[in-house]
Amino acid sequence: MLIELHKELKDLIDLAKYIGEIKGEDFLEIGKIVEELQSLYLNFYDYKETDIEKLLQRYNEKLREWLKKAEETLTPYEIVKITRHPQRFTLIDILENVYDSYMELGGDGELNLDPAMICAKALLSRRVGDEVFFHQVMVIGHEKGHGEEFRRGGSATPWGNEKALRYMKMAETEGIPIHFFIFTPGAYPIEDPPGAAQQIAMNLYYMSKLEVPTVSFISEGGSGGAEAIGLTDIRLMAEKGYYSVISPEGAAAIEAKLKEGRPPREIVEKMAKNLKLTAKDNLELGTIDKIIPEPPLGARRKDYEFFKRLKYELIKATDEVVLQTRSLKMLRRYALSKQSTESFKYFVNWNLSEDEREILIENRYNKYRKMTQWALLESKGLLKSVTEKTSRFGQKIVYEMKYNILKKSQRTFLKFWEELVSESSLIIKPVSDPVKSVYNLIVGKKARPKVKTLTEIEEDTGLYVSPLALQDKTVTCPQSDKYGCPDLWVPDLYGEFCGVCPTCGYHFPLEYKWYLNNIFDKDSVNTFNDDLSSGNPLNFEGYAEKLRIARKETGLNSALLSFEAKLGGISLVAVMLVSDFRQGTVGVAEGEKFIRAIEFAKLTRRPFIALVHTTGGIRIHEGTMGVVQMPRCTMAVRDYVDSGGLYMVIFDNNSYAGPVASFLGAAPYKFALKSTRLGFAGPRVILETTGQAVPPDYHSVENALKRGHIQGIWDRRELRKKLFFALLTMGGPNLYYR
Amino acid sequence: MKINFQELTQLLQKFKANPYKTYPVVTPHTGYLVEFKVKEGDYVAGPTGEWLEKPGTPLFVLEREKNPKIIRSSHFGTVQNLRMDLLKKFVEAGETVLEIKHPLTQEEIISEILLSSLLVVRAPETARYILSQELVKKLEQKGMGRTKIKEGDELLIMTFMKRETPIYLKEPGEFILYQIYFKPFELVQAGSPLIGLCPIEDLPYLEKIIHRIKEEWSS
Repeated sequence: MLIELHKELKDLIDLAKYIGEIKGEDFLEIGKIVEELQSLYLNFYDYKETDIEKLLQRYNEKLREWLKKAEETLTPYEIVKITRHPQRFTLIDILENVYDSYMELGGDGELNLDPAMICAKALLSRRVGDEVFFHQVMVIGHEKGHGEEFRRGGSATPWGNEKALRYMKMAETEGIPIHFFIFTPGAYPIEDPPGAAQQIAMNLYYMSKLEVPTVSFISEGGSGGAEAIGLTDIRLMAEKGYYSVISPEGAAAIEAKLKEGRPPREIVEKMAKNLKLTAKDNLELGTIDKIIPEPPLGARRKDYEFFKRLKYELIKATDEVVLQTRSLKMLRRYALSKQSTESFKYFVNWNLSEDEREILIENRYNKYRKMTQWALLESKGLLKSVTEKTSRFGQKIVYEMKYNILKKSQRTFLKFWEELVSESSLIIKPVSDPVKSVYNLIVGKKARPKVKTLTEIEEDTGLYVSPLALQDKTVTCPQSDKYGCPDLWVPDLYGEFCGVCPTCGYHFPLEYKWYLNNIFDKDSVNTFNDDLSSGNPLNFEGYAEKLRIARKETGLNSALLSFEAKLGGISLVAVMLVSDFRQGTVGVAEGEKFIRAIEFAKLTRRPFIALVHTTGGIRIHEGTMGVVQMPRCTMAVRDYVDSGGLYMVIFDNNSYAGPVASFLGAAPYKFALKSTRLGFAGPRVILETTGQAVPPDYHSVENALKRGHIQGIWDRRELRKKLFFALLTMGGPNLYYR
Repeated sequence: MKINFQELTQLLQKFKANPYKTYPVVTPHTGYLVEFKVKEGDYVAGPTGEWLEKPGTPLFVLEREKNPKIIRSSHFGTVQNLRMDLLKKFVEAGETVLEIKHPLTQEEIISEILLSSLLVVRAPETARYILSQELVKKLEQKGMGRTKIKEGDELLIMTFMKRETPIYLKEPGEFILYQIYFKPFELVQAGSPLIGLCPIEDLPYLEKIIHRIKEEWSS
């Protein structure tokens, strides 16, 4: 009996300390209580058992009451602290308490390809009346570990994400659902192959058409690292979890324009509030589907009630995903909504037939396609919107007719004819050859037909003078110390040399209009969706003003330009991320414009090119609304590539973070101009996360090529020629649509 | 080959009289000297950092065609002979603007003495090099500074693209292996020093000199 009391006292101390750590030492009189409890613990055996029991009861009541009080005044930053607290439950606790049995695949503590990423096969039981059914599921998720240093707090390395992808494929082969658990402060930002950004992009690309039901549960969702295993049919989120584009500390460092050191506490707290990272906010924004309630101040390792609830919600969510693909679902869906946590009224088989898998993927596409659309601002009247809709519908019919119905039959016939001709030539040849040779002898040999060559592209792009060239002065090439480059006269540099140092090939940055005017045919660039812009969905302090200034300075409504253009007569659809508008960061409007452009390219059967003038990542002022553009756009890319389109990305200047880790990185063909810097996180973030400085050329394009992140390095002076050549070579004779 | 004691003593005396090396800083091209960023006697630093990524101290600004260029220090030391008379004047290319007086360290003097006194075997080709197996065995037994080598001994193996060529000692007499300048299997440029050998009879004298340098110069 005394032992139990001793244990209870220890738990109480833990709880009091926990409250103190979350709410701060000056919350009520928590510091005093901790001291009192600790002195009680030291002099435990001096008291009588009955006294202790009474004391403990009093303390218990008091602490429970305070817990409730603490819950009432919880701020977003305190929620972040709860999520990161070592006493919080982790994936291992879930595997132990939610699943009936599990087996970790490829890992035993530290002996693991990546201890921060755990993959396991698990059994989940469902009680229906007196019967118990077992479901087999694949569990993939981050493990923070309770103070285990080697797990790096749940930051998955690139090869950890690759491992996750491998087990996703395994689950797909076996046809079992996957439960993802996201407990990550962010991906481990190193470029070692396969590369942080590239692997996240690969994961997203693959997950968008994963043919099994997927459910994810977010406790700590840090941007790209969370997305790497977060593109799922249903996204659940813990009530005291956070899901954000960047950690509040990171946002504060950017906001305070710090180069190094820690940002002040007040700014961090303000950022946590501004970023709208709590579960409630995310539900309102529509980036998650459901909140799993937690006890006051969050569930800890021993909150078994919470695990019971989580188990029920996981089964229910998987049921929901499966039932959405079934034709006979009305009754069961109704029953689902009425269900109790104790037992289920029926059994749902989680295996999907082939038709159901198709519906599953379609449902997933529609779900993400609709996400965040409410935040778009489109300035147009009723008439304009009606005419646009009709014209879009008309276009659809025309192109469907042209390509799907007419072209298909035509192509089948052509293929048949080709076969016929080459087959028959074998029969006719022995007969016709002697005749031919006699004929040649008499008449004289006919000249052989010329071998077809790829057409040369004309240099007709119109006259464009970069405004940068209008200065009479010289500049020094930054690499002149190394290569001894002479100074460059600005009108030459930005005119004839296309902003490239003729000695060493260093590329000076150029404005985005240069590309529009020098790559594509004269007067062929035709932008669309220009009026699409994003508002301020999070009501982020000061963001509206920043947007207004950017709009005024650039005359653009978003950082992404989408346009149709021609290159040597080849008609194509392209997008360009512009550095002038908030460093080419991606938010809701940019994501939507990208998807619309790629859908337009799919509809009109044209190649799709993404030019990256510069991208600084996901716009932090749009929070998770920006983050979900990663899965959204990657899905559109997958859809386009699968239907036969040619998607090519060309990087220039600086390309970092979210976009590279999703819709840009997922491209089958990626090229970069010289002097580009390409990567996931900048040197400062790498130093802070890994504790190791990286060499100055860590993100250089040469290293990116060495690591296999891109397919080639191009020179800006030859961009038009190279791009044309690439279109002809990669697209082949039947440019698009195999 | 024997060590030329006279030359060595002269070299030592030179170092003793003036334990500095001066690096003149010249203008890379013509232009107006707009501004000095240092004063006479200032301490300046060369490039630093693990990859020498942090540039040296700015010395002065040279402007040509509206392109102000900051000239930076590439050595450590103090500024001397600053030509204040050139300020705001047009300067020709190659004009010495200031000098950086670099105090020589103990290691720098020792390495210079060794390079001038030892018999240095240099790389005949750009390739990878390893010590010959016999020499490695000897080194393990005797240790550095005690391994004897005589004429005709196999010293090194040059390996390049799986093609291996042995290198023999051609000088007459007996030597001691005194210094190794390369790392095994590292690509060495042609002409770079590989190993330093000391004639066996001169060894006590050389050791004495080095001992003296170590005592007299604080590092």
